[in-house]
Amino acid sequence: MDHLKRILLGTAFFGASALAFSFMVLPIAAIFVHVPVTDLLHQFTNPVVTDALIVSVKTIVVAQIAILLLGTPVAYLLASRRFPGHAIIVTLVELPIVLPPAVAGLGLIVAFGRFGLLGSTFDWLGIDVSFNQTAVVLAICLVAGPFYVRQAIASFESVDKNLIAASRTLGASPTRTFFRVTMPLARGGLAAGEALCLARGLGEFGATIMFAGSLQGKTQTLPLAVYTQFEAQGGLTIALAISSLLVIISLAILLSLKATSLWQLSRQSSLSPFGRSRSV
Amino acid sequence: MATLSAEFTLPLRSFTLGLSLEVDGTVALVGPSGAGKTSVLRAVAGLVRPSSGRIALGDDVWVDSARGVFLPPDRRRVGLVFQEYALFPHMTVRENVAYAGAGRADEYLERFRISHLAKARTTELSGGERQRVALARALAREPGVLLLDEPLSALDAHTKSAVRAELRELLADLALPTLLVTHDFEDAAALSDHVGVIVDGELRQLASPADLVASPADTFVASFTGANLMHGRVVGRDGGVTEVELADDGHRVYSTDDATGEVGVVVYPWEVSVARSRRDDSALNVIEANVRSIVQVGNRVRIHIGPVTAEITEASVDKLDLEVGSLAVASWKATGTRLVPLT
Repeated sequence: MDHLKRILLGTAFFGASALAFSFMVLPIAAIFVHVPVTDLLHQFTNPVVTDALIVSVKTIVVAQIAILLLGTPVAYLLASRRFPGHAIIVTLVELPIVLPPAVAGLGLIVAFGRFGLLGSTFDWLGIDVSFNQTAVVLAICLVAGPFYVRQAIASFESVDKNLIAASRTLGASPTRTFFRVTMPLARGGLAAGEALCLARGLGEFGATIMFAGSLQGKTQTLPLAVYTQFEAQGGLTIALAISSLLVIISLAILLSLKATSLWQLSRQSSLSPFGRSRSV
Repeated sequence: MATLSAEFTLPLRSFTLGLSLEVDGTVALVGPSGAGKTSVLRAVAGLVRPSSGRIALGDDVWVDSARGVFLPPDRRRVGLVFQEYALFPHMTVRENVAYAGAGRADEYLERFRISHLAKARTTELSGGERQRVALARALAREPGVLLLDEPLSALDAHTKSAVRAELRELLADLALPTLLVTHDFEDAAALSDHVGVIVDGELRQLASPADLVASPADTFVASFTGANLMHGRVVGRDGGVTEVELADDGHRVYSTDDATGEVGVVVYPWEVSVARSRRDDSALNVIEANVRSIVQVGNRVRIHIGPVTAEITEASVDKLDLEVGSLAVASWKATGTRLVPLT
C-alpha cells in the first residue's frame, strides 16, 4: 500500500513539473516555429524592425547611463548612512518595481507632461518631454532604475566594513577608499543589478506607450513594435521576428548575469578562513 | 619616540568605555570578549569618535573634545592590524602593501620575507603569511603608533608560538609605541612591558606582567592573569630536563619541556608551594628569596618570592608566619613548568 502511495505521489510530482515546464517553454518555442525561420530572418531588414531597434538601443543606452550616474550615488548613500526616514526612502525607491507600469506612465504624464505638475516649468525651460525619445528614456528610468538601485544598495552593504576601515587607517581618503576598495568589491553585484535593469528596461512597455506613444522611428521601441505590428493587418510575422530577437537578447542578458555571479562567487573570500568571534 | 597618550570616554552598547593610558613601549590590554578592547584601538585609530577626551601622539593632537578637534583616520599616523587582518581580497600581496606606501612596497615585502608572495592573492595565504602581509602593510604607512587587534588569535596553536616569537622580536626592533589587545594573558606577558586588564570598559589595573600576577588589584584580575611568566635563556638539557637561566637574577629553573634560546618560563601560582626552609622533596625548582609582597585575593593569598608568585591559602600563610621581607623558599615541579619559545 505504502509502495503504491509512493509511486502515485512520485507520478503526480513528475506530472506537475512536466506540465509547468512545458507551459513556460512552449510559448517561447512557438515564437520560433509559428512561421519558418527564414521568414523571420527576412523581416530583419524591414524598416519597422530596424527603426524600433535603433530607438530601443538609443534610449536604453541613454537611460542606462543616467541610471548608473544617478543611481550609484543614491545606492551608496542609502547603504552607508542611517538617518531618520531611511526605511521610507528605500521603500519609495523600490516601489516602482511592484507598481503597474501603466500607473507609472500616467504618473509621468501628470508630473512632466504638458499639463502636468512641472509641465509649465519644462515649457518655460524649452524642454518638451511628451511623445519623444526623452519621454521613452524617462519611462525606462522610472520603471527599470529601481532594479539597479535596489541591487546596488545590497552590494554596497555587503562590502566588509573592516576593509573600508582598513583603507582609511592606511591613509586613504574617503574618495580613494570608495574608488579603490568599495567599488571594486561591489562591482560584481553592481553588474548583476545593471543586467537586471537592462533587461527590464528593454522590455518596458506600459509606461512608455502611455507617456511616449508608439511612433515608428521616434518613440516606437522593440516591445511597442511587437504590439503595434500584431494589431496591424498582416504584421504577425514582423511581430514574431522582433519577438525572437527579444528572446535572444533576454537570454543573453540572463546568461551573462549567471556568468557574473559565478565569477563573483569564485573570488568571494574576503574573510579569513580562521574566522573567530570578534571582541568588541 | 613620541608617547601616545589617550584619555577618553566612549559610550558602547551596554557600558561606557573610559580609560586613561600612556603608551611609550608596548602595552597590552587584556580582558574577556566584549570588554571594550577593540573599541580602544578603534578610538585611537579614529574609526569611532569618543564622546569626550583627548588622544595625542607627542605634540600631534588627534582628538581634543574640549577644542572640537577630531582627525579622521587617514590623518593620524597610525598602523592598525585588524584581528582578521582585513587584507584587500581584490588585490595582490604587493598591491596591498603598496596601498599604504606606494614607493615602499618592495622594501617592506623584503623586510617581512614575503617578496616571493608579491603576486599572490591574499586569499591564498596561510595564517602566518596573512599576518606578515598585514604587518607589512600597516608599517608601510610609516605610522607613529602601532595598534594590534588580537594579533595571535587567528592562528592555530602550532603557528602561534613561532609567530609570537617573531612578533616579539619585531616590536623590539621597531621601537614604536605599540598598543595591542588580546584575551590571552600569556600572549600579553610575552609581548609587552605593561599589561592592562580591562573589564566592562574599565581599566582595572595596569602594571608589569610580574606585578599583575604578584599583586592583582582584585579577584577578577587575579583570575584573568593566571600564570607567572619569567624570561630566561636555555643553558642545557640533560636527562629529559631543560635548564633555564632567568634573565633577571640568574636563578636556574628546570622544565621537562624541550626548548632552546630565549624562552618564557610559565608557572601557575597554585603550582608553587612555599616553605620557610629548603625541604627534601621531588620539586626540581627551588628558589630561596625574600618575600616581596603578600596580597589577599579572595580566600587565597598571593606571595611574591624572588621572581615568582605563589598562590596559597590564608591558613598556610599563618602557619608559616610569613611577612614581607622574611626569607622563604618557593618550589615547584619541572613537570609543571612550561617553556614558551621567544626566539
